[in-house]
Amino acid sequence: MTTGQTTPANGVRFLEGDVLVVGGGPSAAWAAVSASEAGARVVLADKGYFGTSGATAPSNTGTWCVAPGEDRPQVVERRWQRTAGVADQRWMLRTVDQSYRGLLRLFEWGYPFPKDEKGDVYIANLRGPDYMRFMRTRVLAAGVTVLDHHPVLELLSDGETVTGAAGITRPDGTDWQVKAGAVVLATGGCAFFERTSGAAGLTGDGLLMAAEAGAALSGMEFTGKYTLAPYGTSLNKGLPFRWASFYDEQGNPQLDSKGQHLTNGIGGPSEKDIVKALIAGPVYARLDLAEGALQDWLRQGQPNVMQPYERRGINPFTDLFRVELKPEGTVRGTGGIRVSTHDCGTGIPGLYVAGDAASREDVAGGTSGGGAINSSWAIASGWWSGQGASAFSRRRGAPGVFRNHSAPIGQAGLRPRETVFAVDRKAIAEAVRAEVAPLSRNYFRSGPALAESLQRLDVLWNAVTRELGAEGPDRLKTREAASVLASARFSLTAALARTESRGMHRRTDHPGEAEGPVRRYALTGPDAIRVEVQSEADQLQEKAS
Amino acid sequence: MIEVISDSRCIRCDICVRVCPANVFAKDDQGLPIIARQDDCQTCFLCEIYCPTDALFVAEAADGPIGITEAEVEDRGLFGVYARGLGWSKGRANGAQFDTTHYLRVAQV
Ligand SMILES: Cc1cc2nc3c(=O)[nH]c(=O)nc-3n(C[C@H](O)[C@H](O)[C@H](O)COP(=O)(O)OP(=O)(O)OC[C@H]3O[C@@H](n4cnc5c(N)ncnc54)[C@H](O)[C@@H]3O)c2cc1C
Ligand code: SF4
Ligand code: SF4
Repeated sequence: MTTGQTTPANGVRFLEGDVLVVGGGPSAAWAAVSASEAGARVVLADKGYFGTSGATAPSNTGTWCVAPGEDRPQVVERRWQRTAGVADQRWMLRTVDQSYRGLLRLFEWGYPFPKDEKGDVYIANLRGPDYMRFMRTRVLAAGVTVLDHHPVLELLSDGETVTGAAGITRPDGTDWQVKAGAVVLATGGCAFFERTSGAAGLTGDGLLMAAEAGAALSGMEFTGKYTLAPYGTSLNKGLPFRWASFYDEQGNPQLDSKGQHLTNGIGGPSEKDIVKALIAGPVYARLDLAEGALQDWLRQGQPNVMQPYERRGINPFTDLFRVELKPEGTVRGTGGIRVSTHDCGTGIPGLYVAGDAASREDVAGGTSGGGAINSSWAIASGWWSGQGASAFSRRRGAPGVFRNHSAPIGQAGLRPRETVFAVDRKAIAEAVRAEVAPLSRNYFRSGPALAESLQRLDVLWNAVTRELGAEGPDRLKTREAASVLASARFSLTAALARTESRGMHRRTDHPGEAEGPVRRYALTGPDAIRVEVQSEADQLQEKAS
Repeated sequence: MIEVISDSRCIRCDICVRVCPANVFAKDDQGLPIIARQDDCQTCFLCEIYCPTDALFVAEAADGPIGITEAEVEDRGLFGVYARGLGWSKGRANGAQFDTTHYLRVAQV
């Protein structure tokens, strides 16, 4: 028995632990292992099933794998050049180092890595379903108490320190609370209700919970990231589109701004032309640049990506198929809870953050960390947050001491100020998506349009905090709606504040990067959102002190 | 979106009810899984590969059901198609050791 458990008269189930990890993706898994190895009694509570939930489980993730050696700093420096000047090379180097150790641990534990053409073990890629299933067994073996289908709804606080979290079970909606010495938020990014594989549980719950506890968010303007998918499917995986050519409805080649046939749909210079074509009308693709062995490698190496084609009975290498760009919010964007200490503390005592729930500005900067950096960050930040949380919990002593002074602090979607009125969650989802999903508003941004969007969502927020609530299991839905809405308001606020174009934040009214030191925008809220501007010099000073 | 549960293939093991990350399934009084919250499905195909008898089928359309029938899935040999692609079988993980993604990463640049 690793955790105490009691069931008092009011029907709320109580558990106790030194560290509570909220989430069930890779960052939660690494945080749980790390805290447990540091001697903490750990509880992991996942909204879904730990092993299949989150962005990694349905996919196939490449990591940022740089072996130790003399050229590591150069590799980091080269990658830093692609972060739009926002990342911090010291954090990048730490992340490379810690995540490499994580990959070696996986190898020692027996994760079935493939071999490369030379017959050497290739540790730079982790196949999602296998990796997450494997991590589940490691976490259970470490003695962690795993609670599947236990979404956390809100944090507990004694007014100063975060002391645990409260949630419900699915599907019945029974209440539970975990009192913990420290909490790690590993709830992933916010996908703004996009219907992509892995995104169902990614509603920004951690962002709202952290904001309610007083933590700042940062990098929330870097959410203009989209990835191609076969039209109407859930598969926003960019890699195969490296070998795509693009066509119009009649099968005529789409041309780029220089009059060349548009090809290569994964980032790069053609991206803006593909976006413009998609704003203008339907776009079709064919993976016709993948020839010979490449087709076999794609089929064998990316079987998830092949599913839409298999099921539709089309051959993507020879047949044309319609495509769309899926918005990815903070999942492949970089915004999230600001990391204030080296062990992934949030600046709020007892509250730590890992993975996509955290701002990845330090490691990915203003460009997407999807494709390599995010999965390494999940390993590294998971590890550090587990260490930080267990050390904090040890310093603080037994949870029993503060149990009686702590209370749940969630508001929007849980405790409306006035009467509970049936605010339709679908309507909220549509209202939010109308502002943050369209390419014409969110890929290309402008001050006036952002201000209008923000104003509309502020009005909605007011209605939500006044009226949105529910009983029993429905509280998850109302809370998710509130979290997505809060995340969208943070994103729009930051996008309005950054009056320049940088990385995946593109302002048509401010093309080009502003002169002078690179700034960051730290936001607190969630009601009246306050923006604090930080320049590089401030950050250096803060870290030094 | 999840569309088909094959009554004849299903051995009522409960696995899909437990592992679906979006909590889409429930059990009826015969112990057979039912699609209780279809609109919550995130089209991740993971229930298919965890199912020990390839009794589930998820259509590729993410926004709503397309109305595919069990007979069509069976005819087109689509039960278990993702599991075979990965190398998983009978609900057990396998095949990651044969992942060819490293060739793609080399070719990508
Ligand atoms: C299609 C796709 C492909 C990708 N490919 C790559 C790649 O090749 N390389 C790369 O580096 N990165 C890639 N990424 C990004 C990578 O998947 C993420 O960075 C990584 O999954 C983050 O891990 P995480 O644990 O922080 O979040 P996630 O894996 O998203 O997990 C979040 C977890 O939090 C849980 N949760 C959410 N809310 C609550 C709550 N209220 N209570 C309890 N639990 C909650 C969820 O159930 C889930 O388990 C890709 C992303 C996508 C979408
Ligand atoms: S996992 Fe497959 S066999 Fe088991 S209950 Fe579900 S459908 Fe039936
Ligand atoms: S496809 Fe994914 S979300 Fe849909 S039912 Fe299967 S496991 Fe659940």
